[in-house]
Amino acid sequence: MSRIQQDQSRFRNIVRGKIRQNLKKYISRGELIGKQGKDLVSIPLPQIEIPRFKYDPKDSGGTGQGDGKPGDSLGPGSQQPGEGKGEAGEGEGQKAVEVDVTLDELAQLLGEELELPRIEPRGQKQVVTEKDRYTGIRNVGPDSLRHFKRTYKQALKRTIAMGQYNGERPVVVPIRHDMRYRTWNTVSSPQSNAVVIYMMDVSGSMGDEQKEIVRIESFWINAWLRSQYKGIETRYVVHDATAREVDEHTFFHTRESGGTMISSAYKLCAQMIADDYPSADWNIYPFHFSDGDNWSVDDTARCIRLLKEDIVPASNQFSYGQVESPYGSGQFIKDIRENFKTAAADCAVVVSEIKDKDAIVKSIKEFLGAGR
Amino acid sequence: MIEYLHVRSLPPELWAWKVKIEKIARDQGLDFFETVFEVVGYDKMNEVAAYGGFPTRYPHWKFGMEFEQLSKSYTYGLSKIYELVINTDPCYAYLLEGNELVDQKLVMAHVYGHCDFFKNNYYFSQTNRKMIDAMANHASRIRRYADLHGPTVVEEFIDSVLSLENLIDRFRPYIRRTPVAGPKKRKEDLPDELMMDHDVPRLRAKEYMDEFVNPDAYVEALRQKQRDAHQKESRFPAQPERDVLLFLMEHAPLQKWQRNVVGILREEAYYFAPQGMTKIMNEGWASYWHAKIMTRHVLDDSEIIDYADRHSGTMATSKGRLNPYKLGIELFRNIEERWNRGQFGKEYEDCDDMAERAHWDRRLGLGMQKVFEVRKLYNDVTFLDEFLTPEFCAEQKLFTFGHNRKADEWQIASREFKDVKKKLLFQLTNMGQPVLEVEDANFENRGELLLRHLHEGLDLADDYARETMQNLFKIWKRPVHVATRKGTKGILLTCDGAKQSERLFEVA
Repeated sequence: MSRIQQDQSRFRNIVRGKIRQNLKKYISRGELIGKQGKDLVSIPLPQIEIPRFKYDPKDSGGTGQGDGKPGDSLGPGSQQPGEGKGEAGEGEGQKAVEVDVTLDELAQLLGEELELPRIEPRGQKQVVTEKDRYTGIRNVGPDSLRHFKRTYKQALKRTIAMGQYNGERPVVVPIRHDMRYRTWNTVSSPQSNAVVIYMMDVSGSMGDEQKEIVRIESFWINAWLRSQYKGIETRYVVHDATAREVDEHTFFHTRESGGTMISSAYKLCAQMIADDYPSADWNIYPFHFSDGDNWSVDDTARCIRLLKEDIVPASNQFSYGQVESPYGSGQFIKDIRENFKTAAADCAVVVSEIKDKDAIVKSIKEFLGAGR
Repeated sequence: MIEYLHVRSLPPELWAWKVKIEKIARDQGLDFFETVFEVVGYDKMNEVAAYGGFPTRYPHWKFGMEFEQLSKSYTYGLSKIYELVINTDPCYAYLLEGNELVDQKLVMAHVYGHCDFFKNNYYFSQTNRKMIDAMANHASRIRRYADLHGPTVVEEFIDSVLSLENLIDRFRPYIRRTPVAGPKKRKEDLPDELMMDHDVPRLRAKEYMDEFVNPDAYVEALRQKQRDAHQKESRFPAQPERDVLLFLMEHAPLQKWQRNVVGILREEAYYFAPQGMTKIMNEGWASYWHAKIMTRHVLDDSEIIDYADRHSGTMATSKGRLNPYKLGIELFRNIEERWNRGQFGKEYEDCDDMAERAHWDRRLGLGMQKVFEVRKLYNDVTFLDEFLTPEFCAEQKLFTFGHNRKADEWQIASREFKDVKKKLLFQLTNMGQPVLEVEDANFENRGELLLRHLHEGLDLADDYARETMQNLFKIWKRPVHVATRKGTKGILLTCDGAKQSERLFEVA
C-alpha cells in the first residue's frame, strides 16, 4: 500500500468511527444512506475539520466580483457562497462537495465504503451479452448523434482560421466538415443470471418501522447485486401463517395480522427455485426478514429442514435478517444459529440482527461481505 | 526524487516545447531556478497535490482526506488539477498525463511565471529551497516517533499542534523582533531597597536644599516607575510573543519527540506562509506571463480557441468568491498600463477632471519596469493597498458581501471603493485569521497561559475557540486563557481541560 493510501485508509477509518473516536465531533457529513431519488442520489463527502482560532464567516463577510446591487442575494443559507468551488489543492476552507451519482456509482461507493468483495458469478460464462457505450467522437454519423458543442467549436475554429469571423456579427455556420458525432463501443461481458427472492414476515408483530428497515436494506442489497450482475430478477414473498408471492409495491406496503408460520414462505421459496431457477445457471439469493417470532417449535424444525435440504444447497447464500420489534421473541435467529455454523466463513447461511436504522450499514456488510 | 515518483521522462515533443518556452520566458526578463517538469498520471497528481506538492510528507489522515476529495472530484468530473509547482531549487512542476498539447504549453508558460516569482519575490527569500529533503526528513522522523510511541499517540499530538498551526508570526523571517541582548546588569542580585536607592536619579542639590529639589513625592514616583519597569521585565514573556508555536516549543512541558513535532510543523507552516501571503500576486503574475507568452509566441492558429477556452475558465469569476488569478492578472495589467501612461504621482492624483484622468497619457513606458519591481517587493496586502484604485474597483465590479441573519442569506453589501478596499485588506491581513499573542505564561502567578487576542472589530468564533483551547491545554498542561472581546465587553475564556468558563476581563 502506498503512503497516500495509508493516509487515506486512516482517514476512512476515522470517518467510519473505527479509530480516533475523539475526532468524531469534527466530522461533517450527510448520510451515506438515505436519499433515494429516481436514479440520482446526492452523497456528501465526509470531512474532518481541525478546530482553529478563527472568525465566524457570517461576521466577517467577504469580497466578490460581478453584477448586482447592494442588497442583492448571493444565495440562501449559512454556508458561505462560493465555498467548495475552490481550485483543488487550495487548502484551507474546503467544504464537502455534493455530487450527483448514478445508482451504479452509488453501488460502487457502497461497495468501496463497506469493502464488499466482488462476486464471482456462477452460470454460463460462455454466454455473452453485448452493450453499447458512447465513448468517442468521430466525423461521420447520424444526425441524431450530433455533438453540438464539439461541432460548434470546430466551426468556430475554422471560421477564425479562414478570417471570416466577424466580432460584430458573431454568426458561425457549421459546414459538413465541422460536424462531430458521438460514437460508441460495443462492450461484451459474460452473461450471468441472478435472482433475489425477498421474503418478509408481515404478521401483526411487524410494525411500520420494521418494514421501513427492510425496505431500505433491500434497496441497497438490490443496488449492490445489480452492479454485480447484468440481468437480475427480484421476487417478493410475504407471509404470516400462509405465504404468497406479491409485487414489489405490495411487498412493502401490505398490512396483515395474525400468526406466523415461516415454513410457509420457505416452502414457496423452494418451489420457486425448483420451478424457475435451475441452480446450475442461476445465482440465487434468498433473503428473509422477520422479527424472529415463529408459531411453533415444530414449524421451526420444518423451516430448518427446508433450508438444509432445498434452499441452501441451491443458493449462493441464504440470508436471514432479524429486525427488533417490541412484540417478537427474537427466537428464530437462535434456532438458525444452532443449526448452521453461521459464524464460519464458508457457511452459506448468514444471519444479521438489525436493531434500528443505524444498524443497516453493518447488516449490509454482514450479508454481502462474503462475496458469494 | 525522480526514482520515487516513477515518472516518465518528458516525451520529446514536450521537451522541445519546454526548451522553447524556457527561452522565451528568459528573453522576456523572467529569472528562475532550473525547472524540472514531470508528467504524471492523475492518481499521482492527486497524491502529490494532497501532499502540498511534495513527494513525501509525514503520515497523517489530513493528506488522506485531501487525496480522497481530489480523487472523488476527479472521478466525477468536477475538477482536475492541471498544474502543480513547488518552490524549491530546482523548481519541480508536474504536468498531467493525457492533457492536450496546448494545455501542457499553457501550464509550462504559467509555471515559469511562478518560478520567477518564487525566486525573486522578497517574501520567499527566507524559504528553504531544499524543502523536498526537509519534508522527507520530517516524514521519516515522525514515522520513527510513530513506531516508538504508537501511531495514534503521535497522530493525536499532531492534531493538537495543527489546531494551533496558524498561530505563527508571519513576519518573523523578515524582521528581528527581540532586541539584541546587551550586557545586563545583574540587578536582581541586589536587595530591592538598595537597588532602588542607587538607581533613582536625583537632581544635584545642596544637602539642605535636597528636600525641596528632590521632594519625597517626586522620588517616590520615580521609585514606583522603576518598580513597574522591573515588574514588567520579570513578566514572562517580557514582550508579547506572536510565534505561539515557538513559545510552546521552548516553554511547554513537552517530551523531546513532542518538541520536535512542534518544531517540524512550525517549520512547514513557515514554509507555506509566503504562498498564502502572495496568493493573488503569485497567481496573477503567472497568469500575466502565460497569457503574454502564449498569445505572442507560442500558440498556432489552430490552438487559439482551445487556449481561450482554458484561459477564460481559469479567469472565471463567481460572485461569492474572489478569483485570485483574475484579480491578480488584472491588477498587474492595470499597473503596467498606468505606469506606461504615467497615471501616477502627485500631478495625476491631484487631477479632479475624470475625463482628463481617463485619457491621461505621458507616454512614459515604465510599465514593464514597474511590474517587475512590484513582483519583487510586494505581498498581497501591500499590493492591493497601494495599487487598488477606485477606477479599477468599478471596472472589475468588486463588491463586499455579508450575511443577513434575518433573511439567512448572503447579500451584496457595498460597492464603495473604501469599503471594498477595507474588506479586502482585512481578509488578507494575517490571511484573514485572528492574531493571538502569548501575553503571560505565569498568569495570576499560577503557571497558567494567557493568550491575548488582538481584537480588530470581529469576535472569535466561539465554538472553534473553545475546541482549540482544549488542544492548547493538552500541550500546556495547565489551564489556558484567552483574553478577547465580545462586542464591547472584554472577556476571558478559560479552559482547564475538564471545563470551559468565561468571565468579564480587561487586559491591563
